[in-house]
Amino acid sequence: MNEKAVAYVLRLGDDALVAAQRMAALATWAPQLEEDVALANIALDLLGQARALLTYAGELEGQGRDEDLLAYRRDEHEFTSALLVEQPDTDFAATMVKLLFFSAYQRLLYEELSAGDDETLAAIAAKSVKEVAYHLSHACAWTVRLGDGTEESKRRMQTAVDELWPYTHELFASDSVWRGYGFDPAGLRERWLGIVEPVLAEATLERPVDDWAPTGGRDGLHTEHFGYLVGEMQSLHRAHEGVSW
Amino acid sequence: MSQTEWPLWEVFIRARRGLGHLHVGSLRAADTTMALQHARDLYTRRGEGVSIWVVPTDAIGASSPDEKDPLFDPAMDKVYRLPSYYRMPEGAERL
Repeated sequence: MNEKAVAYVLRLGDDALVAAQRMAALATWAPQLEEDVALANIALDLLGQARALLTYAGELEGQGRDEDLLAYRRDEHEFTSALLVEQPDTDFAATMVKLLFFSAYQRLLYEELSAGDDETLAAIAAKSVKEVAYHLSHACAWTVRLGDGTEESKRRMQTAVDELWPYTHELFASDSVWRGYGFDPAGLRERWLGIVEPVLAEATLERPVDDWAPTGGRDGLHTEHFGYLVGEMQSLHRAHEGVSW
Repeated sequence: MSQTEWPLWEVFIRARRGLGHLHVGSLRAADTTMALQHARDLYTRRGEGVSIWVVPTDAIGASSPDEKDPLFDPAMDKVYRLPSYYRMPEGAERL
């Protein structure tokens, strides 16, 4: 078993899974029917990525764990997703800013992985990069529209940007797992800023200063919101083990 | 807010090259960009198209059902407008 590969792929899968769970919870809550369908589409894309990645992580691990066991039977501290994706959707602005930050990161990382040596991972990344390119354009459109919108929409967007910005540092924090397999996202920060900063500028939003940079998600140390998320996500499977449609 | 609902748009999809755009439905959006994005989400999720048109519903002039007779009925008894009496050239299966 290649432990470094397992840990690496698990991080990608956990990011997608937690982002999907957050987004899916918004179904029927979007401000418009059309936007509701868009958010559900994005959630399903992310869930598809999570399934492929977790399945692959389970295969690499070779202990007989499939996507369901990895998603539904691990405890809070065993998830290695970034803190950013578990942050709550306090309003639509938070949802869109989170999507902007996360999809820009995913796009860059998947692009690199799609040209990588691991053929399975490259195939998953190549399929996913087209999906996240759309997520990114959706998030960019809303960021500009709301940031450069009314006084109220601008206030909400700036609040979301300020609150979520600190969590973006963790995406690019290098460690032995990131360096041990695939592509180390640490080198993507500049290119990520190259995507995000112009969008914030066009949206007339202020780019926050780089200051507080919380980490811990990659080591299973999550924020206080995470337990509820995992509890809800796993409740059906834990009540009816092995349940399927 | 003076307006609580976004304006209505009609969506037309071209299924593949060589075909015309067909009306597939309508949606609400604030402007053209958003209408295109929503159309993509609502009407091309299963690979239905290669091109999308969105048109503000307001911009479409439509005939009224009351005008059905004057508009369409006069054509019904003018068989000479149809190629009924045209003889197929020998050997041609279709034109």
